[in-house]
Amino acid sequence: MLKIKNLTVEVEGKGIIRDLNLNIESGEVHVLFGPNGCGKTTLLMTILGFPNYKVKKGTITFKGVDITDFTTNERVKLGMGMSFQHPPEIRGVKLGDMVNIALGKKEGEIDESMIELAKRLNIAVEFLNRDVNLGFSGGEVKRSEILQLLAQAPDFIMFDEPDSGVDVENIELIGKIMCELLDRNKLPSKRERSGLIITHSGFVMHYIKADRAHVMLNGRIACSGMPDEITKRIMEDGFERCVELCSVKGAC
Amino acid sequence: MKEDRIERAERARAKKAALGEDIAIEDYGTGKEHDALTSLDEIPEEYKQNLLDAGIEPSERERSGSFLQRDRSVIFSKVKYPGLELMSTADAIKKYGWLKEYLWKAIPVDQDKYTAEVELDQTHGYFIRSEAGARVTMPVQSCLFITSDRIRQNVHNIVIAEENSELHLITGCAVSHSVSSALHLGVSEFYVKKGAKITFTMIHSWSSGVEVRPRSAVVIEDDGTYVSNYILMTPVKSLQTYPTTYCVGKNARATSQSIVYASGDTKIDVGSRAVLQGEGSKAEIISRAIATDNARIIARGDVIGEAADAKGHIECRGLMLSDTATIDSIPELKATRRDLELSHEAAVGKIAEEEIQYLMARGLSEDEATSVIIRGFLNVDITGLPDALAKETKKMFDMSLEKVM
Repeated sequence: MLKIKNLTVEVEGKGIIRDLNLNIESGEVHVLFGPNGCGKTTLLMTILGFPNYKVKKGTITFKGVDITDFTTNERVKLGMGMSFQHPPEIRGVKLGDMVNIALGKKEGEIDESMIELAKRLNIAVEFLNRDVNLGFSGGEVKRSEILQLLAQAPDFIMFDEPDSGVDVENIELIGKIMCELLDRNKLPSKRERSGLIITHSGFVMHYIKADRAHVMLNGRIACSGMPDEITKRIMEDGFERCVELCSVKGAC
Repeated sequence: MKEDRIERAERARAKKAALGEDIAIEDYGTGKEHDALTSLDEIPEEYKQNLLDAGIEPSERERSGSFLQRDRSVIFSKVKYPGLELMSTADAIKKYGWLKEYLWKAIPVDQDKYTAEVELDQTHGYFIRSEAGARVTMPVQSCLFITSDRIRQNVHNIVIAEENSELHLITGCAVSHSVSSALHLGVSEFYVKKGAKITFTMIHSWSSGVEVRPRSAVVIEDDGTYVSNYILMTPVKSLQTYPTTYCVGKNARATSQSIVYASGDTKIDVGSRAVLQGEGSKAEIISRAIATDNARIIARGDVIGEAADAKGHIECRGLMLSDTATIDSIPELKATRRDLELSHEAAVGKIAEEEIQYLMARGLSEDEATSVIIRGFLNVDITGLPDALAKETKKMFDMSLEKVM
């Protein structure tokens, strides 16, 4: 699904990612750990093709197409989606409008099918009529992001901290919908959609079992392995120690 | 009394306005008369689109009455519903002796040379009145239309909602394509009686050679409500207006919303002022202004609190789409006692890059994303209108936005 080779990225002239390699196969979900500032979000934004994230070296291949020079919307058209950690507020553009845009409709009303979709995320009709992200609580932002992804139905989805600021009740709900979005309810051989999840707390991992985990340090993937083991090491020893142990033993 | 009014106007003939660049009125002629129509639909095809662009429905469908003034002639005026009166102001002055109690009562006749000119050479305008207790939810439409080159159109409009009545008015100001320059002077006085309500939706659809100086004022009595929605999306040579709403009655309510999109070399100085004189009266002034190309916008808002428990709020937002345009946002508040509450927020900015990117991440191209953001910026929830009218206003707004973008 997604192949990243020797990727080097600068943001405003500053090197953030160096020689990064990552391979996510069709049907796989990967989770990305790492301390603040290590380049996790930069990686996601680069995969999505945001213009401030300049690829200096390397390639990104998506579904067999070299998309390194594609604009964001071209990548989205190919089947990429993203749940943002801090999406911007847009005055006068309602959440309902965003759902219609995600559905590929330029204009449209809030109809019954959208209301049904919203209900699944505990989102009331009135909420669809609010300006997107304006005055939303942390948890509301996450649910709104996931609602838009449900409408968009991408083949490859990146989640930037889908569990931060979400209360216990809703985290289970979000986890369940994420499983659905990523084909996790299907048999492994039937899974087609893929995902890449950034999480600090790891809460969401209780509900969605990832196939592989990576630890990012200083703009590189420093170690990779089974999610359970990596999580355990990080919890017990911290990021740096996890990476150190990794390099001694090879993979975790 | 009458003499006095004319004398005052004579003395103000050369009095420059406090705001806006000075216009030589005499550069514009008076124009010729036009024949009346028996139905609005008879208007020549070439003008139909002009009317539609200004929110006027030539078929008269879904309208309680229609009024059309072409240059200096009222060529159509018809009312379909009981409880509503509609005619030329000149006719109304002849018909009703009491009307002099309303003429120039909200606006001084000698405010400036433009008010003076309208008094000294008035060519109609509309008189609309809803009778006491009549609630006419279907809107009345009036159109002030200029079709001759280098003329001036001087109108004096009077709108009265008698006690506990309700009146919804759509006014479209338009100019035909053959007009390269013209001057529109419009005096409008609104009187909202006890418990009454007026909503006034005005669409200005001028062109880049037209100069416009509306002079408007509103007087609201106890428990009265006035809602104004102003939409200007097309270029204009210069436009200056600063309507004042006097909330004189207890619990009088005023809402003013304006949406301005200025392009080309348009010069606009548009504001809204509310004077809170009634106990517990309330005013809200909301404006959205977009400036592109070389346009210059001055967006003013002013609330003057003079009564107990009065509340006023101004919200001005500006969006800059060009480095050669300017927006001056000038909100003002004045309080003359302790027990009231006035506030304002003003912001001018550009389209945020991250908003465009966010929309692109949902599949829109950069241009589509920009247009969604602009549309959203101008999207003020129109409150206080009956559902059908609110929907229609939204449609008119979308249509005019479509045209300019």
